Amino acid sequence: MKTSDPSTTDIPPPSGVGGEVGGVRTTTGALARALRTSAPVLPFLVYVLLGLGIPTLVIINLAFRSDSGHLTTSNIHAITSGGQYLTGFETSLKMALVTSVVPGILGTLIAYAVSTSRFVTMKRLVATASGVFANFGGVNLAFMFVATIGAVGVVTSWLTRIGLNPWNHGFDLYKFWGVALVYMYFQVPLMVLVVTPALNGLRPAWREAAENLGASKWRYWRHVGIPVLMPSVLGSMFLLFGSGFSAYATAEALTGGTIALTPIQIGAYLQGNVISGEENIGYALGFGMIALMLASVIGYALLQRRSSKWLR
Amino acid sequence: MASIGSVFEAESLVDLEFPMVPPADNRRHRIRWGRGLILWLAAAYFLIPIYAALHFSLQDNNGNFSLSPITAIPSQPGLGAAFFLSMRLAIVTMVVTMLLMVPTVIYVHLKMPRFRRVMEVITILPIVIPPIVLILGVLHASPLWLKSSPYLLSLVYVILAMPFVYRSLDAGLGALDVKTLVEASRSLGAGWLATMWRVLVPNLRSALLSATVLTIALVLGEFTMASLDLWETLPVWIVDFDQTNAHISTAVAMLSLIATFLLLTLIVSLDRSHSRQRRRNQSS
Repeated sequence: MKTSDPSTTDIPPPSGVGGEVGGVRTTTGALARALRTSAPVLPFLVYVLLGLGIPTLVIINLAFRSDSGHLTTSNIHAITSGGQYLTGFETSLKMALVTSVVPGILGTLIAYAVSTSRFVTMKRLVATASGVFANFGGVNLAFMFVATIGAVGVVTSWLTRIGLNPWNHGFDLYKFWGVALVYMYFQVPLMVLVVTPALNGLRPAWREAAENLGASKWRYWRHVGIPVLMPSVLGSMFLLFGSGFSAYATAEALTGGTIALTPIQIGAYLQGNVISGEENIGYALGFGMIALMLASVIGYALLQRRSSKWLR
Repeated sequence: MASIGSVFEAESLVDLEFPMVPPADNRRHRIRWGRGLILWLAAAYFLIPIYAALHFSLQDNNGNFSLSPITAIPSQPGLGAAFFLSMRLAIVTMVVTMLLMVPTVIYVHLKMPRFRRVMEVITILPIVIPPIVLILGVLHASPLWLKSSPYLLSLVYVILAMPFVYRSLDAGLGALDVKTLVEASRSLGAGWLATMWRVLVPNLRSALLSATVLTIALVLGEFTMASLDLWETLPVWIVDFDQTNAHISTAVAMLSLIATFLLLTLIVSLDRSHSRQRRRNQSS
């Protein structure tokens, strides 16, 4: 591997960083040195380029091509001018928002409750269980919820016995809120997993200091606790947003592809359900998802900057 | 952009422990009550579906208690093949991930500290580009010989695992004094490979373990890409094999949940017992 090549790694360049300007004599010398320093990182960069960069470029390219290969915006126009595809984007965004905000808050509360608990065994158990449940999704999860609160599920029969069959009161496991309920099963543990280390940063000394200065519990949270936690809570929620936006397996297995989510529509496209003359619609949908995710990243970064302002 | 890296502060799953807070005094009885309520509700939400699924998977088609869905599992056609395909994919993904990421992250830590910002941004990209979109592009861009091999999936899983693996390794290295370790090892005459293998890797044990756990859990549970690439891995098989007997499907689903739980617990406890032993050796 790259580390076995002593000539590049034994002699550290003066600055240590590729492209750094300190102590450079000539531009070409600097360039050569920068290349030599960064050579061991090349396999990684090439891998990312091949595995991530090129597929992305292919999608963006095909999103703007007609079936005969000419440049066109008609695909983009088709998915943004109403109809099922626009509904798909709207539902997907709504799903991502609902399944990031609600599990975000619940996950933070659970993580806080566990982290301030006295029972060490429970802490361990919750840590391991979060790891398992956060990775639990797709088919298995769908089956589990069908057995729980499907039309003949265990909880459904309990509730029917007290006269509250949820299916008679507007609940449908295979529609938006049913799918959102199922998504929470992996989103909440994911939140617990990523927000717990941030709760470590909340030192007991701060609470004691606030109490000694006469602050009520509410004022402690308003002026110390929430501002300190906000950046990491928002960051974790963004991760949930991405996971909720792109989740495919769970919704596909649960609804058999009947719910109008963009990932489901892309899946249907890939499985060959294509109307002729719209052969690149799938790529346009993929491009749309990337664009929306990028917009969310930028929105998140702005929010993050605002929320972490006073920490500086 | 780079601040997004802070999203993953839970890199080390194995090390994840909740902060130890001294027991609060009795004045805070009110929150204790609220805390209990939250935890009981959470327990109900997470445990009732497990109970329901177990209950359901121990029934025959008439709804009577029966072990037949469990005993029928081993004889289902295709299960063995699907299981071994998933295992092979997990192992290949693991090996490629480690060969690619470990040397790169160590090198960046040692020699190119400023490049860490770039690495953070690059490794967040697999989250920005949804897996279903990525597989769309990968299937279109791959040459035919690669597309006809199941290991194409492994190569893409390496990308999917990158955000978690990178952050796990980065945190593990951040907790070490890498420079001193490497300089000590080099001045004692060890080559680069020996330094990596006998000094850095043992010190990164926890980080490597948690990266392994996350990668294996990801590969064993991944459905989206496998099903669209038309390979029958374990999760794909569970959906495909028998739409008519939901009891058996649920039984398989529950078994795979229990197996994952046991695997994670095993790996975590391996790490614990090792560090306990080390502590004992140090104190004697």
